[in-house]
Amino acid sequence: MNPRIGPDQPAVPTGSAKPAPALPFPAAARRELANPQLRANLRKATSTIQAKRALRQAETPDWQELRSAAAAIKDRTLRHLDHYLLQAEAALIEAGAQVHWAATADEANAIVTTLVKRTGADEVVKVKSMATQEIDLNEALAKAGIAAWETDLAELIVQLGHDTPSHILVPAIHRNRAEVREIFLAEMRLNGAPAPPDLTNDPQELAAAARVHLREKFLRAKVGISGGNFLVAETGTLVIVESEGNGRMCLTLPQTLISVVGIEKLVPTFQDLEVFMRLLPRSSTGERMNPYTSMWTGVTPGDGPQEVHVVLIDAGRGKALAEPTARPMLRCIRCSACMNACPVYQKVGGHAYGSVYPGPIGIVLTPQLRGFGAAQTRSLPFACTLCAACADVCPVKIPLPDLIVHQRNKAARHKQREPRPHLETLAIAGAGWAFRRGWHLGLVGRLTSLAGRLAGSRTAIGPLPWPASAWTRARDLPVPARRTFRQWWKKQQS
Amino acid sequence: MVEEATVMSPDQPTGQADAASRQRVLATITGALSDVSPGPEPERTETTAEKISRPAGPAASGDVIGLFAERCADYGATVVRLSSGRATAEAARMLVDRGVRRIALPAGLLAEAGPALTNSGIEIVKDDPPLASAELDQLDGVVTACRVAIAETGTLVLDHSVNQGRRALTLVPDLHLCLVRGNQVVPDVPQAISRLYPSILAGLPLTWVSGPSATVDIELTRVEGVHGPRTLLVVIAE
Ligand code: SF4
Repeated sequence: MNPRIGPDQPAVPTGSAKPAPALPFPAAARRELANPQLRANLRKATSTIQAKRALRQAETPDWQELRSAAAAIKDRTLRHLDHYLLQAEAALIEAGAQVHWAATADEANAIVTTLVKRTGADEVVKVKSMATQEIDLNEALAKAGIAAWETDLAELIVQLGHDTPSHILVPAIHRNRAEVREIFLAEMRLNGAPAPPDLTNDPQELAAAARVHLREKFLRAKVGISGGNFLVAETGTLVIVESEGNGRMCLTLPQTLISVVGIEKLVPTFQDLEVFMRLLPRSSTGERMNPYTSMWTGVTPGDGPQEVHVVLIDAGRGKALAEPTARPMLRCIRCSACMNACPVYQKVGGHAYGSVYPGPIGIVLTPQLRGFGAAQTRSLPFACTLCAACADVCPVKIPLPDLIVHQRNKAARHKQREPRPHLETLAIAGAGWAFRRGWHLGLVGRLTSLAGRLAGSRTAIGPLPWPASAWTRARDLPVPARRTFRQWWKKQQS
Repeated sequence: MVEEATVMSPDQPTGQADAASRQRVLATITGALSDVSPGPEPERTETTAEKISRPAGPAASGDVIGLFAERCADYGATVVRLSSGRATAEAARMLVDRGVRRIALPAGLLAEAGPALTNSGIEIVKDDPPLASAELDQLDGVVTACRVAIAETGTLVLDHSVNQGRRALTLVPDLHLCLVRGNQVVPDVPQAISRLYPSILAGLPLTWVSGPSATVDIELTRVEGVHGPRTLLVVIAE
């Protein structure tokens, strides 16, 4: 369990641990839909952010040009990724940074753990980062006896609540203010500066409690860990886009900074940021610009961390690159606009996806990174109505519906290859048989029309026992026609 | 996994394991890109879609400084426009009004803003030798200049050269007053990026500031000031 020590010594929080093992999407979605608080919060969050995003798009006359430019820049980068990676590496080294490469999540975790241990620190402060969540860095550090403190307010709520994020942008959206107050009162004193005992559930006061709790950690931290929104190949400049200033704290105050960056985060030149700095904040939070953006190039003498590491991680990205159809998913700048636009996500929220990447991009990216071996990852591409709302808002023009269909195809192929027969594969094989010969279809027709006559005056068939329950649990099965088309045609002719 | 860590013990350089991983990552990528014709450095002109028309947006013409002031204030910053002769005196008054007694002032701003501030009874603390983070935490605020201000988005950009101080200076104290010169205001992000390029080439870090620190993490209610300065004051001198 979670070893807890006194306030002066860092405990190892278990927050953001993965709920083990993740359920396939339909089961997980049913669990999440039973939570009315979550549904209400999600509805409010997704609709508010969507409306703001639409407003920003409307006031930007060259919005579509910007999207095309962003897609083109990212595509070019991906098509020449080896070139740009080497360029970035050289620029970073020139600027005094140390560059590390990790082919897998485990390698990345081992590198970061070693780097932290070498500083002698037993705790690190972290800026919210999808990449480090993806590789489960906090858990790896905890195993090595290093406490990783999340410093984003929402991530702090998630971590202190021993919970997982439910939204990329507002990870604690499933919690209401009363719950946040409870968590702060109970957990802060176990992990550092306690919350004031008279804490109310006013968001202003809650944020102030977080400020005090975390400031102590920022001021003593020796090591900061971040991700990176962009890495400029030409200059080796890293970019972090944030709101609260916790990022600036982590990037500026510690002596050592370790940034874990996915290899797809590259942009070729500093000038390319003129496109992304206009698209990302507007798409993400619906603001013209986010409160704080930090850009730094290796080590700046006399300012900020004097030991700077960049860990470049592949962890499945190279494989996605090898499939030209799948390649565009690596354009993603993690803005979360597609999630807010998704009618499935709006209802079930992030937890149902069992991955740090939920929503439309999550259901293509997660099986890509983790493979189609598990029923859970295979179920993800089907968590979609193919309405294409996501494709309209994506700032880098990722053809999400096409990619979702592509992943469905791969999931189906995977099922076919498995020795255990699947219902769906059997049903498709049955349909294949029925359509192979005229008399096959005739036979099936006679049987269904018989079933139709037996159904009497009913128009739909309700819940059926297994295996038909897989279909009828969530849908009505229409009663088959009493007469087949062939019978009707014969009558017309006579 | 932790077992993997045995590949590199804490006192060993990460070099060797890194070199092998580096080869593997690069080999995967090169193999994955077999459909891309290998060639010399990829040209920027590979696709014309990357060329966007600019300037764009409402800032293309008209009162650029006015637009900056309006959009910066939108975020909850206090913004004033003055003739350049009155800027530092007004800055001092704004600070005194808010009960500010001790501030940090970067070396490059001492001559310009020092006298007006001292005359108003504000104590100036020099960051030389560099103040410890805990000492910065004891200050009431900081006064700096900036490199560029962006009208389209109401953003200040600092490149932390001598009149702006190192990054921690504008981060730890709870109040930041920024002095902006009218000719530093550009209409939009692309023009700001062009102006900031020399700073990047010089290896300077950049901090883009759009209003005070803010969060909507609790029930989407906007709360100002989580970790960065809770008060942002902007004085534009024309
Ligand atoms: S897929 Fe597009 S819309 Fe979705 S998070 Fe990525 S960039 Fe944003």
